[in-house]
Amino acid sequence: MSGKGNHKDLQGNHACALGAIAAGCKFFAGYPITPSSEITERMSVELPANDGIFIQMEDEIASMGAVIGASMGGVKSMTATSGPGFSLKQENIGYAAGAEIPCVIVNVMRGGPSTGMPTRPAQGDLMQARWGTHGDHQVIVLTPDSVPEIFTETIRAFNLSEALRVPVIILFDEILGHLVETVEIPNPDTLDLKTRKFAKGPREDFKPYGETKDMVPPMARPGDGYRTHTTGLTHWEDGFPTQIPAQVERMTHRLSGKMIKHRQIIESWEAIDCEDAEIIICTIGISARAARQALKPARKKGIKVGLFRPITLWPFPEQAFKDVTKSAHTILIPEMNGGQLILEIQRLCGDAVRLVGLNRMDGEPIEPEEIETRIKELAKIG
Amino acid sequence: MDSSSADSFNIRDFLRLDMFPHFLCPGCGHGIAMRALLWAIYELEIPKDKLAIVSGIGCSGRIGAYIDANTFHVTHGRPLSFASGLALARPDLNVIVITGDGDCLAIGGNHMIHACRRNLNMTCMMLNNEVYGMTGGQASPTTSEARYTTTSQSGCIEPVFDACALATAAGASFVGREVTIHLPDLKDLLRQGLAHKGFSFIEVLSDCTEVFGRKNNLGESPEMILSQKSRMRPSSYGSVDGNIVDEPFRANTLPTGILSRNERPEYGDTYRKHAADIRALKSGK
Repeated sequence: MSGKGNHKDLQGNHACALGAIAAGCKFFAGYPITPSSEITERMSVELPANDGIFIQMEDEIASMGAVIGASMGGVKSMTATSGPGFSLKQENIGYAAGAEIPCVIVNVMRGGPSTGMPTRPAQGDLMQARWGTHGDHQVIVLTPDSVPEIFTETIRAFNLSEALRVPVIILFDEILGHLVETVEIPNPDTLDLKTRKFAKGPREDFKPYGETKDMVPPMARPGDGYRTHTTGLTHWEDGFPTQIPAQVERMTHRLSGKMIKHRQIIESWEAIDCEDAEIIICTIGISARAARQALKPARKKGIKVGLFRPITLWPFPEQAFKDVTKSAHTILIPEMNGGQLILEIQRLCGDAVRLVGLNRMDGEPIEPEEIETRIKELAKIG
Repeated sequence: MDSSSADSFNIRDFLRLDMFPHFLCPGCGHGIAMRALLWAIYELEIPKDKLAIVSGIGCSGRIGAYIDANTFHVTHGRPLSFASGLALARPDLNVIVITGDGDCLAIGGNHMIHACRRNLNMTCMMLNNEVYGMTGGQASPTTSEARYTTTSQSGCIEPVFDACALATAAGASFVGREVTIHLPDLKDLLRQGLAHKGFSFIEVLSDCTEVFGRKNNLGESPEMILSQKSRMRPSSYGSVDGNIVDEPFRANTLPTGILSRNERPEYGDTYRKHAADIRALKSGK
């Protein structure tokens, strides 16, 4: 078995928990909510056994608060929730974005709005994941489409969060959360794990939000002698509040600048059969699995169809999408909402391409046959 | 108590002097409370590097920035949740929460009662000035009935919270109250709260001269502070029962000093022991 890991049959939620443990997560705070509770439950078992801390907090807001508190203590931290809880967490996600505190937030999507359908799947939080908290801010959103990918993307979420000091949100839906698939749990030695940079050198020279080559300043760990100030107020390099326009401009520019600078490690996507495709399906998560199944029968009928699947949903892999969809006259966007991903595609394509939505909001997944039928119709029209 | 420490304690040793002048209003009691806290920290010889000050939003929340420590100015009402994560992840730190009556009892009320119940090792200093000062003087959960605020322009009609009774009922293992005019007593109370293993809740009656005192004709800071003092009854004088605060501006006396105290397991210790047992069981020991 040396070098290779062992194989486990896991539901998506458990794969997420084990991915977090593999990534070095040592703190989890959560609150019960369907359909993500199995992540919280699994972490309550795994963390005490792995020198970590699990705590069930009094509410969703407090779990997010505890996560950023633990992360400021220098510990890799995570929480998991679903729609209503994700709404409540937004305030502290904004704090993490503004103060640049690494943390991972899992949202197992269920039907909405409001309490919606707790046990049914949906993909209704795509825009909330990007813009859920107020103000201009940066987050990374990952959308795995299988149980093994939930495991690997959870590790990647921690790596990105630690490397870039940005909240990373993992979005999947109830089906993936409860679907059981085989996951290869790699040997821990084979994993490339990232940990934030901690402050070094004399206190006088250290600026908690100073300019660095990679635009990601090192973090001062309490107890290491730096005695810095952290605030949700707009702050200057020294960490203290500022409202001087030039300073505000430079700090907010760095927040978006670091995302652009590190685009290559952030962006991730899958493109299948796109080289000659006239019709390209663009979709994420469980809907992408249905789309993948529809490809083969459509190709057999001679329809030139491909699939573009953003794994990193936000920031959207723009250039890859543009490159891949060059030959397409039609883009089909199946999503389990009223049309959210299509808005981003519209932004990128304008009127140059025909955009077609395929939407379901009835708590049922989009079936491969629905996509196949739509492709055939589009091929006839096209 | 070592009374000589009043001479050797130099508040400047604990301040970020380059942050001054501070932004608190003339006559505000918050600065006195900060002095008492730093004096207690000095007496306990807590290293500044191991000091984590977590504060929320409001006038109380801004105090942390003046203290030369690891300071965290977090979201409104959430400092206790942030501090819970920090204290669990870093039991080596001395975690102090500075909060206000609105931050702690209104928007943060749920976190407050559960922090009391959980009994994690930290000290929560709640500065009660009966008003939302930072936002211009709106009514808070501790605004006395009939008091004028910008959201109770014909007199407050809501009853008040007794924060210490609430903390005691919720299970805080150390609960106390003081007024700013009793500076050495306040320092001693904070010192005992800081030394206590578990969740310590300390209410400090502060005064807001600018947007509360003026609107209610309560005079300047000395008048407000003396008026508070006249209504305090040190708990050592008798029973803490009869703690009635539902009449205008504390017409009835409020007990001060240590109001309740018990030694029960601290949550962090309990968790770590529990986790060690699980690991031992797993490794077959």
